[in-house]
Amino acid sequence: MKHLLTLENVALERGVRQLLSGVQLKVARGELWQIVGGNGSGKTSLLRAISGLARLGLQGSVNCSSSLLFQGHLAGLKAGLTCRENLRWHGSGRVGSAKNHIDSALQAVGLAGCEDTVLSHLSAGQQRRVGLARLWLSDADLWLLDEPFTAIDVQGTSLLETQLQTHCRAGGAVVFTSHQPTAIEGLRVLDLNQYAA
Amino acid sequence: MPPNLTTFLRFQAQRHLRSALRRPGDILNPLVFFLMVVTLFPLGLGPDPDVLAGLAPGIVWVVALLSSLIVSGRLFQTDYEDGTLEQLVLAPHPLALSALAEIISHWLLSGVVLAAASPIFAAMLNMPVQAVPVLVISLLLGTLCLSLVGAVGAALTVGLRRGGVLLSLLTIPLTVPILIFGTSAVREAVLGYDPSSWLALMGALAAIGLILAPLAAAAGLRISLEA
Repeated sequence: MKHLLTLENVALERGVRQLLSGVQLKVARGELWQIVGGNGSGKTSLLRAISGLARLGLQGSVNCSSSLLFQGHLAGLKAGLTCRENLRWHGSGRVGSAKNHIDSALQAVGLAGCEDTVLSHLSAGQQRRVGLARLWLSDADLWLLDEPFTAIDVQGTSLLETQLQTHCRAGGAVVFTSHQPTAIEGLRVLDLNQYAA
Repeated sequence: MPPNLTTFLRFQAQRHLRSALRRPGDILNPLVFFLMVVTLFPLGLGPDPDVLAGLAPGIVWVVALLSSLIVSGRLFQTDYEDGTLEQLVLAPHPLALSALAEIISHWLLSGVVLAAASPIFAAMLNMPVQAVPVLVISLLLGTLCLSLVGAVGAALTVGLRRGGVLLSLLTIPLTVPILIFGTSAVREAVLGYDPSSWLALMGALAAIGLILAPLAAAAGLRISLEA
């Protein structure tokens, strides 16, 4: 089976500190993976290394054979732009989503009517939702999400879980990090505590 | 689908310009700084029109350099702080193109505005009228060069908490030729000589910078993100 993402014997160090060693992971289409581990266990560093953002201190093989969308702690949204303007430039630099797609995505995350609102006029939770609306616009196969459930309410959590499952059913795959255990059907877990160096 | 190159560049520039135009303070602050510093010179040197006219090319250019240095430090800062930079690095187009769009937008909002306002500063320093067009052209070319050099320094220091001093140390030596060419062009015009050779040198610097600086800035941004 052709995997979207393969990690073979991956080791990661930050500065002089060895974070992880011997990490193995194979992500196939339709799979939803959660990376768990305590603070400082290397979840974010691993995700950034997989995405290609930070490969200093990375050893082993990381093979990603698909288009990917990365969403980190920072949403990559401009405070001075409206929700619609922000989403026109979405998901790893892909540009030009049609206006009706953007409006549908905003509606899906519960922000209908905020299309022309400047981002800085929204609450932190609403801004987080604008960032998550990118998922509704993305055409990438593999989604890498760093703590996607942070700062969103119960309704938003439910929406997001559904969207992750929908993406996997459509043939995509998701890898996300989280401190908390998440109860999503079909979820697979990579526990970084097993690979702590 | 990833956008084509032109759309990508246009959208990057639009995004930067729109975002900046909604914060007019960022555009006006360098102009106010320029105005205040130029106002200080007649107070310090005395109001003799001939003395001021003789020193005007140097004064205007040194203040332009300092003004450019102040604003270029923020060139990639907001992109770094709000996570946009991560998305730019992962974009399907080369990071150097994103950097180029950002530099050009920055120049339009700082250098071009400064050059457009420079006739007022020239009048304040009693600069001869025939030198004013040369001053404007030299500032257009020179501030583009300063933005390009500043972008490389800003890219390397964007992840540092107090990178301002390091940015100055990195970029000021590189701006010396621009200062010399710009001041010389305006001085030649003030004295009634042909300044075209100096302007041509500045044009050459800008052309080389437009090719090399975005590549260097992109490398600097990757290093900053790795750190």
